[in-house]
Amino acid sequence: MLAAVGSRAVGLVEGFGDVGYFLADTVRALPDVRTWGSRTFQQMRRLGVDSLPIALFIAAFTGITLALLASYVFTATVPVYLVGTLVGKTIMMELGPVLTGLALAGRVGANIAAELGTMKVTEQVDALETLAYNPYAYLVIPRVLAGTLMFPVVVAFAMAMGVFTGWLAATTLLPIATSQFVRGLELFFVPFDVQYGLIKSASFGFVITLIGCFLGMGTRGGAEGVGSATTRTVVYSAEMILVLDAFWAIVLLRHP
Amino acid sequence: MIAFVDLHKAFEANRVLEGFTLEVRDGETMVIIGYSGTGKSVALKHVVGLLEPDAGHVTVDGKVVSELRRPELTELRATIGYVFQFAALFDSMTIFENVALGLRRRRDLTEAEITERVREALRLVDLPRAEEHMPAELSGGMRKRVGLARAIALRPKYMLYDEPTTGLDPVTSAVIDQLMVRTREALGVTSIMITHDMRSAYTVGDRIAMLYQGKVQQVGTVEEIKGTEDPVVRQFIEGRPDGRAVVRASLGDAGRAAELEGGEP
Repeated sequence: MLAAVGSRAVGLVEGFGDVGYFLADTVRALPDVRTWGSRTFQQMRRLGVDSLPIALFIAAFTGITLALLASYVFTATVPVYLVGTLVGKTIMMELGPVLTGLALAGRVGANIAAELGTMKVTEQVDALETLAYNPYAYLVIPRVLAGTLMFPVVVAFAMAMGVFTGWLAATTLLPIATSQFVRGLELFFVPFDVQYGLIKSASFGFVITLIGCFLGMGTRGGAEGVGSATTRTVVYSAEMILVLDAFWAIVLLRHP
Repeated sequence: MIAFVDLHKAFEANRVLEGFTLEVRDGETMVIIGYSGTGKSVALKHVVGLLEPDAGHVTVDGKVVSELRRPELTELRATIGYVFQFAALFDSMTIFENVALGLRRRRDLTEAEITERVREALRLVDLPRAEEHMPAELSGGMRKRVGLARAIALRPKYMLYDEPTTGLDPVTSAVIDQLMVRTREALGVTSIMITHDMRSAYTVGDRIAMLYQGKVQQVGTVEEIKGTEDPVVRQFIEGRPDGRAVVRASLGDAGRAAELEGGEP
């Protein structure tokens, strides 16, 4: 029993050590702008632009559901224009970033882990090194940077889509006029709502791509190792999104 | 000159190299032979700093590889061409881009010069029309030739071949052997090839060293190895299942040794 606990503790410490080395290697590769500069734009397209359809799809249905849910909850004395408030606040501050983040943990995180894991086990990462490239500059930095920069952009579009479909549902499926929905939307709106959602999104993008790169680059074995790295990336990314979600709420939403 | 000096390397409890010492002279092709999984690739990866030794060291032109900082290591790697066992081509790039990748790292080459160097390298391995193909469209032998082209396009001082003929049919193996000889003649490089294909070793090598139980069992010219009295080397080069050699896996099943029938521990 004691031995098992000790072994797990050692494993945990080693895991943190590996993350530390990985981060240090990544930071050390930062001066190699020539390698990661141009590749970052490619990754921004792959990670960002190509993720838009799934993000917009999720946001579209979330907006519709939120509008109907709000109308269902707000009965009697609660003014109907608060449907707009709830849709706006929830999409911008919570569901836009978190649902998009969870979807992209699967799409982007798994993709990175599988790609880098395959490159690792087929010696392509070693080949990069022998061709005098730093694999952290070539593979890791462009992905992490692209994820951090592009996730807020994708989430911004998702926010707009969610609010739009919320308005569409409210005005077509519910007895709410556009003016009422807009009034509710504007009522408690502050620009910070959007900033809050985008800051969270950037942190999700950073963490998802970092986990994908870390586990992908650390892949051992063959197909089984790649599969394991991919699965763990999705699980750890989803967990980290929820942890970060709470973290940002504690840091930025707690009133003094 | 490349020198392995008392090199030790273990993966957890599995000791792979235990005092591996070997000198590779300028201009020669050294072939390292040995059973599958005895650490030949492990030794080779130390030359380019892909692995760090537990003890001992590897020197290239007098520089201790494991003591080099990354910029110096990058500089050293630019002088070494490495041909991987399964070619390690980049799946997402065309053959042209695969061969050009190492050249793009250099600042002194224009795009036109890079194109010329890539075409020259592909011509040397008899694949002049493969430029626009993807690696997945090529056979195993063609992929290995592209791996070779990628290495020689850099016009390196040293070439390292990791089992270049493994898994190929005899004719394609002979073609690869010819290409390695042609590369040495064209570029005058110092080479290390690791293999367990004795025909390839005799064709390409100037000297042959056998790696056995983490050390060099014997090193000598092709003729010396062919006429060896060492029972372990003799058994290996003749491919006899019975003899004195104890075969053990360097990766997987750590420490497990299987004694071949008729052998002694």
